[in-house]
Amino acid sequence: MIDRKQVLHVARLARLRLDDEEVERMSAELSSILDHVETMAELDIEGVEPTSRVVDAENVMRADDVAASLPRDAALANAPDPASGSFRVPSPQA
Amino acid sequence: MSDVRDLSVAAGLAAIEARDLAAAEWADAYAGLPDELGAYLWRPDEPIGGEEGPLGGVPVAVKDIFCIEDVPTTAGSRILENYLPPYTATAVERLLGAGASVLGKTNMDEFAMGSSNENSAYGDVRNPWDTDRVPGGSSGGSAAAVAGGLAPCALGTDTGGSIRQPAAFCGVVGLKPTYGSISRSGMIAFASSLDQCGPFTRTVADAALLLRVMQGADPRDTTSTGIAAGVEMPSREDLSGVRVGVPRELASEAEGMEDGVREVMERTIALCESLGATVAETSLPNARYGISAYYVIAPAEASANLARYDGVRFGERVAAEGLDDMYELTRAAGFGPEVKRRIMLGTYALSSGYYDAYYGRAQRVRTLIARDFENAFADHDVLLTPTSPTVAFPLGSRTDDPLAMYMADYCTVPMSLAGVPAISIPGGLAAAPDGGPELPVGVQLVGPAFGETALLDAAHALESAIGFDTNAAWRGGADA
Amino acid sequence: MPESPDYEPVIGLEIHIQLQTETKMFCGCKLEFGAEPNTHTCPVCLGHPGALPMTNEQAVEYAIRVGLALGCEIAPRSIFHRKNYFYPDNPKAYQISQYDIPICSGGRLGDVRIHRAHLEEDAAKLTHVGESGRIHGSDASLVDFNRGGTPLIEIVTEPDIHDPAEAREWLTLLRETIRQLGVSDVNMEEGSLRADGNVSIRPVGSKELGVKTELKNMNSFRFLERGIAAEIERQKAIVASGGRVEQETLHFDPASGSLTSLRSKEEAHDYRYFPEPDLLPLAPSPEHVEEVRASLPELPAERRVRYESELGLSPDAAKLLAYDAALASFYEEAVAAEPDVDPIVVANWVTGELVAASREAGFEHPAETKADAAGVGAVARMVDGKEISRGSGRELLAELVANGGDPAEVSERLGLTSDDGDDLAAIVAAAIEAQPDAAAKVKAGEGKAIGAIIGVVMRETKGRADGGEATRLIREQLGL
Repeated sequence: MIDRKQVLHVARLARLRLDDEEVERMSAELSSILDHVETMAELDIEGVEPTSRVVDAENVMRADDVAASLPRDAALANAPDPASGSFRVPSPQA
Repeated sequence: MSDVRDLSVAAGLAAIEARDLAAAEWADAYAGLPDELGAYLWRPDEPIGGEEGPLGGVPVAVKDIFCIEDVPTTAGSRILENYLPPYTATAVERLLGAGASVLGKTNMDEFAMGSSNENSAYGDVRNPWDTDRVPGGSSGGSAAAVAGGLAPCALGTDTGGSIRQPAAFCGVVGLKPTYGSISRSGMIAFASSLDQCGPFTRTVADAALLLRVMQGADPRDTTSTGIAAGVEMPSREDLSGVRVGVPRELASEAEGMEDGVREVMERTIALCESLGATVAETSLPNARYGISAYYVIAPAEASANLARYDGVRFGERVAAEGLDDMYELTRAAGFGPEVKRRIMLGTYALSSGYYDAYYGRAQRVRTLIARDFENAFADHDVLLTPTSPTVAFPLGSRTDDPLAMYMADYCTVPMSLAGVPAISIPGGLAAAPDGGPELPVGVQLVGPAFGETALLDAAHALESAIGFDTNAAWRGGADA
Repeated sequence: MPESPDYEPVIGLEIHIQLQTETKMFCGCKLEFGAEPNTHTCPVCLGHPGALPMTNEQAVEYAIRVGLALGCEIAPRSIFHRKNYFYPDNPKAYQISQYDIPICSGGRLGDVRIHRAHLEEDAAKLTHVGESGRIHGSDASLVDFNRGGTPLIEIVTEPDIHDPAEAREWLTLLRETIRQLGVSDVNMEEGSLRADGNVSIRPVGSKELGVKTELKNMNSFRFLERGIAAEIERQKAIVASGGRVEQETLHFDPASGSLTSLRSKEEAHDYRYFPEPDLLPLAPSPEHVEEVRASLPELPAERRVRYESELGLSPDAAKLLAYDAALASFYEEAVAAEPDVDPIVVANWVTGELVAASREAGFEHPAETKADAAGVGAVARMVDGKEISRGSGRELLAELVANGGDPAEVSERLGLTSDDGDDLAAIVAAAIEAQPDAAAKVKAGEGKAIGAIIGVVMRETKGRADGGEATRLIREQLGL
């Protein structure tokens, strides 16, 4: 069960503004999904290593060689609010 | 030649080789077609590419999850509505480099999250077999384009079944290669440890042709290893000596399996035996927990992968005075309900106090499922399951029940978790439980990691024996 | 009234060091301090959809060098994690860092134990610009992603420091060590070395750790010392007035000397760390680690020990030389050129007279003057062997520093050779005779009176006599 307060906390972490109706629906839907997910608890996982990737390789790296960067215009081409060759955002200190 | 659109990739290449077809004509045959299925999100005035090469002239539709430089790329999301990528995905680059030509970008569930294509911000896609039904998802547009005669082949991505399930629903071939076979660079991430690119085609041989070009290690994706042994063109016509295992958890014991799907499975098993295979029931004891593990791992990774859509560097922004308001309003307006649901689910599963119970446990279940496959492949060369427990369902019939929608991936998710290759081929037609025309049923063949050559060989032999007409839907029943 | 207990500070440091690679941690963009904003960016370091990180091999190599230099164990297998938080300088909204398995753990530098050192990527640069103009009355910031993605190594010490000056001194040792490894320019002003302090206090004799506060980004060695000192005083004052120190993050304002809390009103951070699926583990082979170890230069801490134990230098002289690689090698060359001269004598000339003379002559570094190491060694020998007086030696050195040359020739040219110790003894004897009153006062314990006698000595020797030597001789001849 994931209640309203938890939904709001998680939404805050995820930077999602939810309206009241969404909060209610999210609480019900997430609870039902988590109920199903929790069937995993039946399994004995004692001593089982976690798998976070299925590729069996290590140490794949690149040499420290300079590659072409984007022209600044291209870097800023998709920016919602470009200014002075930079990406402008509302101040975090405001 | 009756119609250029009849041609498979291999047949088209042969026609060009024989000078029966000019390379440019092939793409032109598709360029101006009306798109009544809603398969495409964007089509260029002139097809892109089409140079010389092993795939010279092959028209390909590309799921809108692949970045192509300066070509609109939305991933089916409002938040990328006007996004023009500054670079091109490796998989697409390799196809273009081999002479293929891009017909357009196909519709999809937003950020590949969905099993019906109803989560696209840009409208539904219709199943060419019955336009009141879904094409499956998330690569619904690609599947519908190939089945609907709007492209001879297409690119999709598969995270938990997003190539195989729509291929099954639309009656075409869909291949999810071994994780790591094809570079993910430029493929917009949903769940990084599961996402894999693959082709939709009308034949197994065509899937091999595309895979051969796209596979291989890429310096831009350090998790891409390629298929070291390479991929041979399939040539088998029988299955003698092939040990086929049918995992009961995904077949006879699968929950919610429709009778029509069951019948097609039985016919397919009989066919395998008649081709010389030994078929035996086997077990993937932990596969039934696949959906649970998947719906923790995939949303958890997605919650991080989708955090970059913050209105700072690209994408749509909702202006606000404060930074946090800007973030929250931008993301609230830009994402659809299913994406929000999964971001919430994933954020919750990773949050302090819940990590071990959800994410940590799901990763361990993933280990158990991967081991199940290893064990099964000790005794079997290939596994056979239905691709989906059901045929294509009516538009709107599952949208109010997320969990019911998730169960559509029941038979495809375990392979994604294990990273092993799997292909869906049309097994035949079956009646839907709610009536209407007969619909395609997909059967799924699964091989061990990097065993693509043997897997495609088995699928090719079976495909020939089944004799399904993958052009039937767009030709409007002219097949009989 | 019982005396209030004495409190001792407990200090640990967290140091971020930018590694001086050619390119960024996870992409090939060039690193260049002070470039035009956003001229060194690409899809990877802008966090564009579908772009994947590619680990810089050189950065990993540098991290191993740092780890070995700090006596750490190099993990046979370490992985990257995603640290999730939204901020405009964090383009993916997660920072790729290391979490439970860092590349380096354990270790010691000087008297301070190292807890761990791990690799991560730096944030972009955020500049506050005031009103944006778009939204009335709102403030805006500009983001420059040139710095974003610079390789960082974060070094975390154990709380082994007990005094602000010690913190400063230890950080100097760390800086010199890193500098001499050649992996960073460790410049606090440019931000390639950044230090945070964890400060708590506890009653003397207690083994428990008190509640600690974190001091952020003190951007010079002086501010680090002053900031920590101010925080210790603040905590002592809180405890003295019966209060309790609260865990918080503080910013030290060097102008006012005050500390402000940075604690936001928001929820506590929940970084939702999880393993980065886009990157493979780092697994340096033991052979490779040993190769790196063998390639390390002698580092300040070990050199200092060697100077003290093998050459008999005082701790101060040993540190002065050992912490400055250029000066140390200059010194060692001078010692090698004069095997018969006591290394302590040479050290005194290098750390005392040479440093003073080069500063006087306006050189940036004592090893960069016109005087070569053999020449400085020769001056030390000449004075030590009483070929010339100490004062003459100084004059000779000043000439060598300014114009170079052969010490014997220069000495001859300046007419310094004849001035030997016996002459000085005679001059001193004459001076004592010439100043009987002063001599009597000195004998009676009036130390200042010696000046009159020295004045005569200096006059007789035209100021070339070594004042210290003259004083010694005067006292000797007066039987003191």
